Amino acid sequence: MSQSETTPVLSVRNAEKRFGAVQALRNVSLDAHRGEVLALLGDNGAGKSTLVKCIIGVHALDEGEIVLDGVSTTIHSPAAARRAGIETVYQDLALFDNLTPAQNFYCGRELAFPQWLPRGLRFLRKGAMDREAAAIIDRLKVKLPRFDAPVALMSGGQRQAIAVARATVFARKIVILDEPTAALGLRESRKVLDLIKQLRAEGNAVILITHNMEHVVELADRAVVLRQGRKVGELKPDRANRQELVSLIVGAEV
Amino acid sequence: MVEQQEIASSPREGAQGVGGSAIAVALKLLSAGPLLILAILIALVSLTTPVFLKPGNISNILAQTSVIAIVALGQHLVILTRGIDLSVGANLALATVIGGLLYKVTDSSFVVIAAMLATGIVVGFVNGAVYVFGRLPHPFIITLATLSICRGIAYSISENHTTMRGMPDAVVAIGGGDILGIPNPFIVVVICAALVLVMAKFMVWGRWIYAVGGAPQAAVEMGIPVKWVLVSTYVLAGLSCGIGAVVLAGRTEATSPLFGNLLELDTIAAVIIGGASFLGGRGHIGHALIGAVMIGVIRNALNLNNVDAFFQMVAIGLVIVVAVEADVLRNYLESRARTLQAGKG
Repeated sequence: MSQSETTPVLSVRNAEKRFGAVQALRNVSLDAHRGEVLALLGDNGAGKSTLVKCIIGVHALDEGEIVLDGVSTTIHSPAAARRAGIETVYQDLALFDNLTPAQNFYCGRELAFPQWLPRGLRFLRKGAMDREAAAIIDRLKVKLPRFDAPVALMSGGQRQAIAVARATVFARKIVILDEPTAALGLRESRKVLDLIKQLRAEGNAVILITHNMEHVVELADRAVVLRQGRKVGELKPDRANRQELVSLIVGAEV
Repeated sequence: MVEQQEIASSPREGAQGVGGSAIAVALKLLSAGPLLILAILIALVSLTTPVFLKPGNISNILAQTSVIAIVALGQHLVILTRGIDLSVGANLALATVIGGLLYKVTDSSFVVIAAMLATGIVVGFVNGAVYVFGRLPHPFIITLATLSICRGIAYSISENHTTMRGMPDAVVAIGGGDILGIPNPFIVVVICAALVLVMAKFMVWGRWIYAVGGAPQAAVEMGIPVKWVLVSTYVLAGLSCGIGAVVLAGRTEATSPLFGNLLELDTIAAVIIGGASFLGGRGHIGHALIGAVMIGVIRNALNLNNVDAFFQMVAIGLVIVVAVEADVLRNYLESRARTLQAGKG
């Protein structure tokens, strides 16, 4: 237990990334711990998305390193990131509109047999996937109109819930959520926030990108602020320092 | 008290239920549309043209439609991933010519058939590999190029640049024979369709095809080997051309660089008319088959009524326009249905 408290599950150390003339990340370091929500804040273009893409293997860092559970790791693709226990809920949700919720849950890691065949040639265990997906949806108290309809036919909140639930199930270390409530109404946002709390309670490190300061104050155990590719602050958000956070984000004096 | 509760909860639930099921029924109808149209078409043709339902004519249609149906199955896999294969006709022609040349030096059916299948697979692999690993924006370009290349090679290597006579016995049997009155080409179609059905519906690969067609970016993010999935669809489309080549060469007892002319058009039309979506990720194997039969029936009906071949091209073209519009309309209605349901939730 003390081990997991002292060693961050994810450390980014001295990350540098440039795209041509644009320096997207300058010497950014941060730690994420199990059972903690880390808010990643910053204005548009501050480098939040670039940082996340470097963590999940979409981009490679020019300098610096990514350390998982104390081991320096190079992740080459989102698939490798998933295998390493990092789940991402993308802003566009990465859902398959033509597939059902259960099919979406298991897409890319289908339950299938026999094991000795190459992955693509195995036969789907549809019953098992349907049952387990239904159990998960039930456990997370997500309400879906129909379980056998393509997700294209579901509302924004339901789709968001499916994407977050999918990450919840498969996450083993870290869940990264990119503006999970941006497109949602109040009631639907509430649902997603509850899911995030559940993720934290289950011992995941949650990295939350959001512009909603209410949610940051309510949920985040720590907040890291980026501006123009630099880390300009790190603090524990509460009602009192909310204004300070905002000025860090926009770069103005308090 | 219990009754009251039920009444209290019923209006909302009921409205949602009825609305939801009405939408579901509408969507079901939309997806069953092509089969309904085929049924109506067959009914109309049988009423106006009595010869149509004669067993001889039916087996004629089955034999003629079989090549389109087999290749349409391959084309369907490609279209499911938002792709297109324009080279199928030329690929089929090249496969028959290579088989025909080998028949000059050997009587072995096995060698001839294997060569035809291998040709199809190789061309398909080239299509897929250049598209995916050459980072082309769309498969249109590469399959257009291989259309030209294959047709060109087929003409230049065939004897006197034209049709060659003769095929080994087994090939002739596959293309022209029958079992208990059922034409062998039809049996080949059924076997191919069954295999594709099993792969598409019950194997992980099939799920990946739909995933890649439905949301290519998400498929990458979810760790699906998208590149190999794409290549595999072009390889299978190529294989379907090889099988089509065996059937066609067998039926005609000939091989020719002229074979498969505009087969790309017929197969794409079959897939779209059958009700698969050009936008990828939607449609099942039945769609390709329904579409192929529909084209076969339309051609046959026009033939029986002595409509000339040129007008038949016009008719098929018009059917394609209608089918593509139906696809657009279906997608529009589906997004409307989604908005409706979201509004209720």
